[in-house]
Amino acid sequence: MLLMQRVFTRPQKGRLFWQALLFEIDQLGIDSIGIVAFISTFMGAVVAIQTAYNIDNPFIPMSMVGWTTRQSIILEFSPTVISLILAGKVGSRIASQIGTMRVTEQIDALEIMGVNSANYLILPKVVASVLINPVLIVFSMWLGIIGGWGAMLFSKLVSTHDYIHGIQIDFQAYIIFYALTKTIFFAFIISTVSGYFGYQTQGGALEVGQASTKAVVVSSIVIILFNLVLTQLLLG
Amino acid sequence: MIEARNIDKYFGENHVLRDVTCKFHPGKTNLIIGQSGSGKTVLMKCLVGLYEVDHGQVFYDGRNFSVMNIGQRKEIRQELGMLFQGAALFDSMNVQENVMFPLNMFTRKSAEEKLDRVNFVLKRVNLENQNKLTTSELSGGMKKRVAIARAIVMNPKYLFCDEPNSGLDPITSNLIDLLIQELTYEYGITTIVNTHDMNSVLSIGDSIEFIYQGQIWWSGSKEEILHMGNKELNDFVFGMELTKRLRK
Repeated sequence: MLLMQRVFTRPQKGRLFWQALLFEIDQLGIDSIGIVAFISTFMGAVVAIQTAYNIDNPFIPMSMVGWTTRQSIILEFSPTVISLILAGKVGSRIASQIGTMRVTEQIDALEIMGVNSANYLILPKVVASVLINPVLIVFSMWLGIIGGWGAMLFSKLVSTHDYIHGIQIDFQAYIIFYALTKTIFFAFIISTVSGYFGYQTQGGALEVGQASTKAVVVSSIVIILFNLVLTQLLLG
Repeated sequence: MIEARNIDKYFGENHVLRDVTCKFHPGKTNLIIGQSGSGKTVLMKCLVGLYEVDHGQVFYDGRNFSVMNIGQRKEIRQELGMLFQGAALFDSMNVQENVMFPLNMFTRKSAEEKLDRVNFVLKRVNLENQNKLTTSELSGGMKKRVAIARAIVMNPKYLFCDEPNSGLDPITSNLIDLLIQELTYEYGITTIVNTHDMNSVLSIGDSIEFIYQGQIWWSGSKEEILHMGNKELNDFVFGMELTKRLRK
């Protein structure tokens, strides 16, 4: 709590904060586009193929493949699974970067200068994650649905017409709100938990590795728990 | 002047500093010497507030640092510079950005003024025109000099150097020592240097505090240190084969 109090204060120098924020958006967000795109596309394809193979009742229209893919991707896969992947990629990066700065006395150097090191190092990462993760998740939703369509196109299990009809059936904008709300919570969890473990590192390279692992494990557990709570609150 | 009064510091059951009282004078290179593990770095970190003392007080020109709140300490910290054992340069920045960082953070100078100041201090530490080098391109001695440039860029009143020549060859060590001494005399800085290097002691030790098992065991100057009858001090001073032979 004390650390969070130090993190969430007004930045000492606005211009430096904006510079750091843009840098972190690039490092935490733009740099994650590749892995998000790859996983989303293939997961969308797998969801569509599995659904198509499991529909063996002639009374169920094949457009249900598009509907199921959309619902799976938007409600759960993109916001939760991609957030878990980002907890691994981004969380370990944040914890190891800050942890290394701690053990090499760079954080002490900031403190000696009179800089609020927690605010200077962690706040831009939290704000960047909260801003850029929803963009990544919307991108993931699109690619997941396109991946499903691509799989149907190549496997010829479902026609493009049926698939597109399926993804338009009973669409409610609220599910996007639900997904993005979860995403913002998860982005906050990943950046603050990882920042905390990195900042508290004591020792050397071994401890930096341990801090990084703890950050990923704890972020993932907290995300799973919050997923249940938020789902109950927003959809219950 | 920096003054430590009756400082005690514990880490759990380990009593690291025991009733440490000493003074560090302006315009002098004040050395804290002692064996590894004797408490030198802990004392320095207590002086700058990176560790909170369990008992005792630290004064900066009569201002009681130990009772100050974060805001008041921030003001004092803008008057001090510190050179860390591993230089502690920011990896994500090049030489110029490292040295300019305190100026960007705490001054409203124009970009041109800041660059002039950076170039001035880099020239002062013999790193002229090395602005764009990254930290990974620097040798150990260069890193120390960049760290000194960063420490003095704000014209500090107090300069702390933790093992400034650890890991450096004797010639580079000597250059770093002399640079610290020159800057101290030139700007009248209260400089405190932690070291266990006898060459540094004999070269720049205007005022010396010998710390042994967490206590100030002896205080004096480089002229006096070779002629003392104190056993623990002599064990330290003449611990090296070279100094033993010189003594004979």
